[in-house]
Amino acid sequence: MALSSLLPEVYSDLDIEIGAALDEVVVTVRPSDVSAACRIAKDDPRLAFDYLRCLSVVDYVDRLEVVYHLFSLGRLHRLVIKAAAPPDSPRVPSVVSVWKGADWFEREAHDLFGVVFEGHPNPAPLLLYEGFEGHPGLKSFPFHEYDEW
Amino acid sequence: MQFQQQPAQQADSLDLMVNMGPQHPSTHGVFRLVIWIDGERIVRAEPHIGYLHRGSEKLCEGEQYGQIITLFDRLDYVSNLNCELAFCLTVEKLMGLEVPDRASCIRVVLCELNRIASHMLFYGVFGLDAGAMTPILYGFRERERVQSLFERVTGARMMHNYIRVGGVKEDLPSDFAERLGELTALLRAGIDECDELLTNNELFLSRTKGVGAIGGSEGVDYGLSGPSLRAAGVAEDVRVSEPYSIYDRFDYGIPVGTYGDCFDRYYVRMEEMRQSLRIVDQAMEQMEPGPVSAKVRRIARPPKGEAYLRTESPRGDFGVYLVSDGSDKPYRVKVRAPSFANLQALQRLLRGAYVADAVVILGSIDIVLGEVDR
Amino acid sequence: MEIARGVIPLTPVSSRSSREGGRGGSGGNTPADSIFDQVLPNAVVARSSELFALGRKSSLWTLSFGLACCAIEMMSTHMSHHDLDRFGVVTWPSPRQSDVMIVAGTVVKKMAEPIKLLYEQMPDPKWVIAMGSCATNGGPYYRSYSVVMGVDHLIPVDVYVPGCPPRPEALMYGIMQLQEKISEDARARGEASKA
Repeated sequence: MALSSLLPEVYSDLDIEIGAALDEVVVTVRPSDVSAACRIAKDDPRLAFDYLRCLSVVDYVDRLEVVYHLFSLGRLHRLVIKAAAPPDSPRVPSVVSVWKGADWFEREAHDLFGVVFEGHPNPAPLLLYEGFEGHPGLKSFPFHEYDEW
Repeated sequence: MQFQQQPAQQADSLDLMVNMGPQHPSTHGVFRLVIWIDGERIVRAEPHIGYLHRGSEKLCEGEQYGQIITLFDRLDYVSNLNCELAFCLTVEKLMGLEVPDRASCIRVVLCELNRIASHMLFYGVFGLDAGAMTPILYGFRERERVQSLFERVTGARMMHNYIRVGGVKEDLPSDFAERLGELTALLRAGIDECDELLTNNELFLSRTKGVGAIGGSEGVDYGLSGPSLRAAGVAEDVRVSEPYSIYDRFDYGIPVGTYGDCFDRYYVRMEEMRQSLRIVDQAMEQMEPGPVSAKVRRIARPPKGEAYLRTESPRGDFGVYLVSDGSDKPYRVKVRAPSFANLQALQRLLRGAYVADAVVILGSIDIVLGEVDR
Repeated sequence: MEIARGVIPLTPVSSRSSREGGRGGSGGNTPADSIFDQVLPNAVVARSSELFALGRKSSLWTLSFGLACCAIEMMSTHMSHHDLDRFGVVTWPSPRQSDVMIVAGTVVKKMAEPIKLLYEQMPDPKWVIAMGSCATNGGPYYRSYSVVMGVDHLIPVDVYVPGCPPRPEALMYGIMQLQEKISEDARARGEASKA
């Protein structure tokens, strides 16, 4: 695939690791580099990832992985950018300035996983009610058998 | 229109705050919208969601793969089969499973019918939002016809649980082709009738033309997808750009709008229903007798790994991100709901619009709160 | 038979002869003869509470309050195919003029306070129908962290309609059960006051 041979050249300034998951090309970056990596992915004409497919967080207990699924409407290719944040204080720079659509995805990730997106314009709770304790997406958050309300 | 360029931060204390929801007949569920108005113009809008946050993604981690299909049914509760399809395809992708051809054809026929049923609901509700009472009666008449066919096939009107990992639950009833022929003939006439009833209505046109317009590149930036994006002139359809299932075998058109306003968003959907009928006909022609399910263990155990798959649901790009640890339950399921992303653009669409148009603009992006909040 | 010809006999068959010779009832805007004139005495004695209950149950205005999936089936019930209007049930957007709240869908903790508020805004007498398994006991979302296990934790419920989602026929049956309950309650109250 042309994309995976192109990536080392495009990301020559960053410390990246290129892998694959089924049919997707996966680029793993340091959490602090996320914003720069996304900016390059969008602005570089060879990549041109103008569409954020999905932003998700996976709790692997020893790390919180923030996953960005990207898609290019012009070039019809796709990329996954991953960053592993430490679970005790997960901090990742916000990408709202790159794609406006990342706004609610980041707020949701903050609600459910406690990931702090630095530089997010409005990091208010989105899905959970005010006063909700804990981050229900985490593996350490238990299933309720019964909950009186 | 100097006012339209006014940024949201300039909402000052003189502006009047209007709250809409969470209980409001035009919010299409439990959705709260707070708008600040200056005279008749909206200065700033702030959507509040989470009034239907049921924790589906977390619940998926405690269920086996076969059981999760029921939870996906209830995500986008207007187009259940499309959600089932998205989940099953993702699991199959992760397992590397080959689905029998007949099962794929059945899936496509039912999903496209579900798309029509979903757009018919949109048609009716959008008419109601624009101030017309009659369309909803016609829209529900057509929807009811599709639902009764679904009932014959799957046993349920809404929550079908029919598409399974590896195929479908059971073969179609023996008189399906006949019933479908009757239904498509009725739908063809019904769509034309609905089109005639509302599309050229003077009042409807003046309520929707030029209202809530958004450009193509801006729409992509906001993560818009589906008919809402295509109305803005971007010919992006997951069925074409990243074909899944057997969608690469059919010949159909992708309706694309020009201005990205409410009318375009409405009319793209009307045309899409006709294209869906074309797909249904072709899929029925290609359907051969054969097995309807691949040989899979009753309890699916995908290998360790992850898969992401996009499908084109009636509302847009419905993606499922699945992480498996090799057990019978998924490690993580993330749903990329099209309504969730589309709803983000609402703040931008409402800015500078008339307060009376707020309901029309909200209706035109066709949200389903079940998948917004999950 | 007249029914076979598509005409519905409005008056009991036994009193038909008196109707033919009577005044009015020939169509247009002249009202037909009252059924009370023909087969019953002109005066009917009834307890006022039962009379009011008769009125109440024949015109139930439901608060159009769709929460989730069940709302789609509730809309189906109101729309062209099933037409809930023929039971006198009209959907109404404001709680201030509604009699019945149909809780159609999953009640989430974030929504709990608004539901209580809506219930309090409805004038007495008021009834609640819990539609579907989510509103009854949490349903498929039983183990979720954010779902209230049944709307009866928040407000009193009169009729539970099972199903996920219930068919329109099931909701109609639920409404008929509620109508029965309204007249039963009035009768029971009358008996109690007499004793």
